[in-house]
Amino acid sequence: MEFAFIGAALAILVTMGLALVRAFIGPDTYDRILAVNVFGTKTVLIIAVIGFIVGRPEFIDIAIVYALINFIGIVAVLKFFEYGSFAGQSTDKHEGEDS
Amino acid sequence: MELFINLISGTMLAVGSLLLLIGGVGLIRFPDFYSRIQAAGITDSLCSILILVGLMLQADTIPVAAKLLFTLLFLLFTAPTASHALAKAARHSKLDPWQPGKGGASSKR
Repeated sequence: MEFAFIGAALAILVTMGLALVRAFIGPDTYDRILAVNVFGTKTVLIIAVIGFIVGRPEFIDIAIVYALINFIGIVAVLKFFEYGSFAGQSTDKHEGEDS
Repeated sequence: MELFINLISGTMLAVGSLLLLIGGVGLIRFPDFYSRIQAAGITDSLCSILILVGLMLQADTIPVAAKLLFTLLFLLFTAPTASHALAKAARHSKLDPWQPGKGGASSKR
């Protein structure tokens, strides 16, 4: 079963490398944010898999904390780049989106 | 029984790794942001389900499986939210989709 874990870890590492390449060459800001989001999700997965390889499944707590922080950070960066501040939507400059 | 669980878990991990590699290659090769977000969505949704359930079958104790299940539920709730917010922000900033012939927001590979 160790073989399957190590294979999954290698596949996750290759995908993280490809996401980093996209974060470097991405022509737009949103490409870079997308690549960083993929990188964060894969970090959660690889922390869980490494915990099973080493034989200490308590690493999953760290994976949960990383998933929480990653989601909050992605949404905060998105609000910043969409509206120009962390405050959300200003009422006069944009057309209204009832969301 | 042990062999059966190992077989199912190994199959899930292998298919999840294959989907991961497909999504990573798609993240590089697709010409447009809106198609790249679909490749990222594949790796966020189905791949996380397969890998975390494959690990859950290998868990020894109940708390470890419960933590894995909580991680899986959290990822399933937040990954589509992040993708939707990302696409909405890109549309809001008037990022043009890729069109054949016009180029649009194509990437320089």
